[in-house]
Amino acid sequence: MSVEDGKLTVEVWRGAGGLGRFETFEVPRQESQTVLDVVSWIQQYADPTLTYRYACRVGMCGSCAMMVNGVPRWTCRTHVGKVATGDSLTVEPLRNLPVIKDLAADMDPFFDKWVQAEAVHHPSETRHDPMRAVDADSSARQQANAGIECINCAVCYAACDTVSGNPDYLGPAALQRAWTLYNDEREADPEAILDAVSGVGGCHNCHSMGSCAQYCPNELNPLAAIAGLKRETAKRVFRRRKNA
Amino acid sequence: MKAPPRAHPLWLAFVLHRVSGLALALFLPVHFWILAKAVTAPGELNSFLQLTEQPLVKLAEFGLVFLLAVHLFGGLRLLALEWLPWSDAQKTLAAGAVGVAVLVSGTFFLNAI
Amino acid sequence: MLDLRLYMAQRLSALIMAPLVIGHIAVMIYAIQGGLSVDEILGRTQGSFAWFAFYGLFVLAVSVHAAIGLRVIVHEWLGLKGGALQAFTWAVALGLLVLGGRSVWAVTFA
Repeated sequence: MSVEDGKLTVEVWRGAGGLGRFETFEVPRQESQTVLDVVSWIQQYADPTLTYRYACRVGMCGSCAMMVNGVPRWTCRTHVGKVATGDSLTVEPLRNLPVIKDLAADMDPFFDKWVQAEAVHHPSETRHDPMRAVDADSSARQQANAGIECINCAVCYAACDTVSGNPDYLGPAALQRAWTLYNDEREADPEAILDAVSGVGGCHNCHSMGSCAQYCPNELNPLAAIAGLKRETAKRVFRRRKNA
Repeated sequence: MKAPPRAHPLWLAFVLHRVSGLALALFLPVHFWILAKAVTAPGELNSFLQLTEQPLVKLAEFGLVFLLAVHLFGGLRLLALEWLPWSDAQKTLAAGAVGVAVLVSGTFFLNAI
Repeated sequence: MLDLRLYMAQRLSALIMAPLVIGHIAVMIYAIQGGLSVDEILGRTQGSFAWFAFYGLFVLAVSVHAAIGLRVIVHEWLGLKGGALQAFTWAVALGLLVLGGRSVWAVTFA
């Protein structure tokens, strides 16, 4: 059977709030078809009421992530041929987040936690100061660089079982952002970041299962970033003891 | 058994660490309770210790030693992951921890039979 | 649920136990040869301050470590939180400390 005349059986989660069920659609198979293509086809040709979210279609904006066959993925860059089991596909809204409707997850808790993790740049200079030269080769800059390509898609957040079990946990994306800022030499208050990630939902709740790094579509490593935060916060305990 | 959709080596290492820790924590009160009989009821403890000659009990002991060893070496990997500079060899290290645990508990088993 | 303080208690108790567990496994491999008996166990441990210190420290560390570990599990898997979670953690720690301390005492100085 060639791809062109094949059919795909797609189970799509439908519903709002906590309630919902799967609905089945038959979608024509196409060459180089992405999961987002499949969802868009359903919305355009089968059921215009299907709700989902996307913007750039090229893996830049981070808005189209969904659960595909139980795994969180950026749907615009995920080829059906790579993830379908036979001719069937299951598409659900991102895990660990409330559902607004159908495939659109409510991202508010995810972004609220970025703020809680103090993942906000505290400027050390004003716009009137001359631009500071940043040493691109320093070890701290390398550590920061490793995490700055995050597109906030929440795939890591949906993949993390610690987030599912512990709703207060800040999650991999927010903590990785905190780590990149902590390592930024222009950051004015790195200690405030360490304080923010040391609370009840902080980096110390991570069990290093590494699902964040496993499923990050940009192949970033939040697991290593969180380990860095644990190391620095633990070091600070010993430092304080010595200075006390 | 079909693996859950999000299973991968480090996730399995997490599950193994959690399940072994839970099992050890549940075993500990029993362990302490029976050992205290050395004074309160030595006869009872002796007849219990004779049970350890049973092949099935030896196998269970091997299981316990494996759980202890795998929790120890898996835990040392986690401590190194968190407190030493990052290493990309986490999957290898996790597999190594299980390997060493098999070796250690195997040594115990060979001395038990 | 796990703040820095509990995390440090968990990791430091683990570091203390690492050599103790290795020692405990070595003793088990040695002691299991030729079977176990009360006389054999007591012959090794009775009146020994070294064994009392070894296993006393072990019991202390494991009480802390297991209490925090179980705290995480009951929170994540059973949803226990707040005062109930706090009470659970302390109950496990003190329960293990009493039971463990009792058996260490039994095989050394009782």
